[in-house]
Amino acid sequence: MQSLLFEGSAWINETQIFPKISFTMQAGSWTCMLGPSGVGKTTILRLIAGLPSEIVLDGSIVLKGGGRPCGQISLMSQTDNLLPWLSATENVVLGNRLRGEKPNYDKANELIGKVGLTDHRKKKPYALSGGQRQRVALARTLMEERPIVLLDEPFSALDARVRAEMQELAAQHLEGKTILLVTHDPAEAARLGESILVLSMNGIKDVCPPAGGIIRAYDEQTVLACQGQLLRLLREEI
Amino acid sequence: MKSSLRLILITVALFLFWHFLVKFAELPKFILPSPLLVMQTFISSFSLILKHAVVTGTEILLGLLAGTVLGSFTAICLAISPVARTIVRPMMVLSQALPVFALAPILTLWLGYGLWPKILMALLIIYFPVTSAFFDGLMNTPKGMLDLSRVMNGTPWRIMFNLRIPAAVPGLASGLRLAAVYAPIGAIIGEWVGASEGLGYLMLLANGRAKIDLMFAALLVLVFMTLILHWSIDRLGNSLTARMSP
Repeated sequence: MQSLLFEGSAWINETQIFPKISFTMQAGSWTCMLGPSGVGKTTILRLIAGLPSEIVLDGSIVLKGGGRPCGQISLMSQTDNLLPWLSATENVVLGNRLRGEKPNYDKANELIGKVGLTDHRKKKPYALSGGQRQRVALARTLMEERPIVLLDEPFSALDARVRAEMQELAAQHLEGKTILLVTHDPAEAARLGESILVLSMNGIKDVCPPAGGIIRAYDEQTVLACQGQLLRLLREEI
Repeated sequence: MKSSLRLILITVALFLFWHFLVKFAELPKFILPSPLLVMQTFISSFSLILKHAVVTGTEILLGLLAGTVLGSFTAICLAISPVARTIVRPMMVLSQALPVFALAPILTLWLGYGLWPKILMALLIIYFPVTSAFFDGLMNTPKGMLDLSRVMNGTPWRIMFNLRIPAAVPGLASGLRLAAVYAPIGAIIGEWVGASEGLGYLMLLANGRAKIDLMFAALLVLVFMTLILHWSIDRLGNSLTARMSP
């Protein structure tokens, strides 16, 4: 398990997206990144994931022990990106198929059980609710067994109850992984962040997370205080 | 049920209009035969028409099949290779500037009077719509799914077969719907230029001998075949599209 260091500024041609910033995703812990829309949160995520884009990083993304994060990452985003023509189980083994490996159905079904969808594993995405689809997406993410997990607002389209459930489920099953969660929601960052970053046009700010391990109760005083502090910071930054 | 009833009503109305037009305008039967005469001819020449319809049907189906296979193959190659796109796409657009009809005599010259030039004509006429529609579909795979498959370290060909092709099925289906109405045009043009059998040949022959009733009977059979083909492909396309994006 390795920490990931991000350092640099991002550019499209001559236009700067964000100035030189640096942060560390600590090994085996949750790093939450907050910031207003359009500030480049998703850009950072895409750069770490090594996805093609017009944005160029003037800097480096390295693992602490040396080497590049390529091939050690899995990704989960706001849209579940489940293939509509495949059942839940087939969606979970997609990575196997795309790499030409034999699909490991036993493991897939075990993971589907872990996210509480055993009875729904043969259903196609259209027959599942938004929350259930994100559970399948979580199982698919776990199936990849990658040490680094990038979460791009994965819970933001869900209603409050389901969102809280999904946060708990993710905290439980992603334990031990090095995680970057990009979110709009100060409450989510206060619940899940073991390190909290606020990204703005001017750079990045490290905010002290509430005491105690995750996942924190949403109604704890320190969590609510942190949530308030983050919201204030976000409003000042714009 | 409702729509098929409407279709029948419209058809009956058209035939009635035709019938009374001939009757009241007192058109001679070598200009426009009445629908009843066409029907009589259809029944009396049924085996003749059937024989030629089988030939034309074979040409259309084989042309459609070959055009679909070739068009799909081209679309996949173009979608997977940027180099192929830069080289082949301008050529494809250029080839569309060339009227396919103008090629018919040359194809007959090269391939003779048999089935092949007609199949090739049908193929040529549907190749571009099929390729183009399927290619557009292949290039419009939802971005999030593509990102995901790249992060999963999928190989380009596996991403193509597991993700991009299934996601492009609706595009292919709309190309095939066009192909179903274009392919018969190709086959008939091919027959007009040079053939010894087929509905196009029969129509020319009947026309030359002033057997306009026979010509109309052959024409109606052709229309019927095209409609059936379009209907079947439309059904197939709809059910595939529903499976891929319910």
